[in-house]
Amino acid sequence: MTILKHELKTGRNQLIIWAAAVSFLLVICVLIYPEMSSQMGEISDTFAQMGGFTQAFGMDKVNFGEFLGFFGVECGNILGLGGAFFAALIGISALAKEEKEHTAEFLLTHPISRSKILTEKLLAVVVQLVIFNAAVIAVTGAAILIIGEEPDTKTLALLYLSYFLMQIETAAVSFGISAFLKRGAIGVGIGISAVFYFMNIISNLTENAEILKYFTPFGYTDSADIIVDNSIDPGYLAAGAGIAFAGIVCSYVKYLKKDIS
Amino acid sequence: MEAIKAIGLTKSYGKSRGIIDVDLSVEKGDFFGFIGPNGAGKSTTIRTLLGLISPTSGTAEIFGRDITGHRTEILSGVGYLPSEAAFYNGMRVGDILKLSADLHKKDCSDEAKKLCDRLQLDTKRKIEQLSLGNRKKVGIVCAMQHKPDLYIMDEPTSGLDPLIQREFYNLLKERSNEGATVFLSSHVLSEVQRYCRHAAVIREGRLLVCDSVEKLGSAEAKRVVLRGVNEIRLPGIKNLQQLDNGISFLYSGKADVLLKTLASMPVTDVTISEPDLEEIFMHFYEKEDN
Repeated sequence: MTILKHELKTGRNQLIIWAAAVSFLLVICVLIYPEMSSQMGEISDTFAQMGGFTQAFGMDKVNFGEFLGFFGVECGNILGLGGAFFAALIGISALAKEEKEHTAEFLLTHPISRSKILTEKLLAVVVQLVIFNAAVIAVTGAAILIIGEEPDTKTLALLYLSYFLMQIETAAVSFGISAFLKRGAIGVGIGISAVFYFMNIISNLTENAEILKYFTPFGYTDSADIIVDNSIDPGYLAAGAGIAFAGIVCSYVKYLKKDIS
Repeated sequence: MEAIKAIGLTKSYGKSRGIIDVDLSVEKGDFFGFIGPNGAGKSTTIRTLLGLISPTSGTAEIFGRDITGHRTEILSGVGYLPSEAAFYNGMRVGDILKLSADLHKKDCSDEAKKLCDRLQLDTKRKIEQLSLGNRKKVGIVCAMQHKPDLYIMDEPTSGLDPLIQREFYNLLKERSNEGATVFLSSHVLSEVQRYCRHAAVIREGRLLVCDSVEKLGSAEAKRVVLRGVNEIRLPGIKNLQQLDNGISFLYSGKADVLLKTLASMPVTDVTISEPDLEEIFMHFYEKEDN
């Protein structure tokens, strides 16, 4: 577990900054809800009449006047994007940073197998995502209590769960790509999460593109669907699990044979 | 048993050279120098032996274990110093040494302290504040603190000041006397000549010669310095240099032919000596068309 410990130690500051930043934005979002809901009559109409924009963010399906509807769309975007960026960042840099900083030569000339290094690094990514989400849930949970809302616990839990799973999938895909890179990984990571995000937006805009939802982890984080069905779409989730698994398999296949320059 | 044995080891990187058909044999307990200019394939050979890159063809064994498939067992008995040691920024020297020891699953704190004292390395410093030489020292301690059976050092003394270089070789000699095998690459011939028992010369990816340093030094070539003449025509002359009122060259032909030729020339002074390894090295490295 030496590598796991080492990864958590070196990633600690980054984790704190991301968890704090995303939590901060979410808290602000939750805290402005009471004021917004008092003016909700006009706002709901406005939001409902923005055409394609309304559809893109799923605002045609949920009631913005209800807390969960608001939370799902507004906070969903913050936690969705913020979480995806963070997941992509730690997933993509896990392996690529070692070669970029030339520390791979140090690490891989110690008596530890490459598969063990991969497993512990992957574990470190999962642990960091668990801590990140725990922090976010604790802080936003407290903010929800402060404004006195009592949303359906199961739906709220499903929303949080879907974001967590989305981050795991994004991280797994990034991790798989990371095994092929030699440097300059962070841009690739941000790119991956942005592509995933916009794939979902496009699929919301037109039914022809609905198939895209199977290929982006944002497909099953769509708060409108989760709130209306009170469940996470199992089809999108299964596709996501398959993609994540493929990413991890790719990383092992590639990295076990990779020439370290 | 050999500490290192490579047979036909080849690594090609697309168009660039890599190494071609390297046969290498380093006896257990030997102090072995691996000589070659930059880009000759020294690091490629070492990195292949350590499993960082996989050979295109050929095989190699370390202490009788094949390098493909026994990487972890091999590495637990190896101390490796890379030519350009890089460590995790933000960590302190002490943390790096501890991390390296943990990866070896050993407690090396006593040995690490001794080594740091002798090499004058401050364990409280942060990695990014270290000079090249100090970074090298961290690499040396990482390679030596777990007392491996085989030391693989890639250009170990570059960046070290002369006093630390001497201390470093003292450390290596002590480990060698305790029975460890030392394999070091260098393009500084004097240090190979001074410390190593055997040496191999590599050029453009191919191993040219592998022999005891003594024999390499006493190869058939002689260094001849003549005064009073400024040209000579003889077969077997290499590396001809013009001096003040004289010439200097490496001669690898028959002695009597040289002496007969000299007898008919207005030579005022003559010196014939064993060339040092540096000259042998130049001799081997001169391109055939030169």
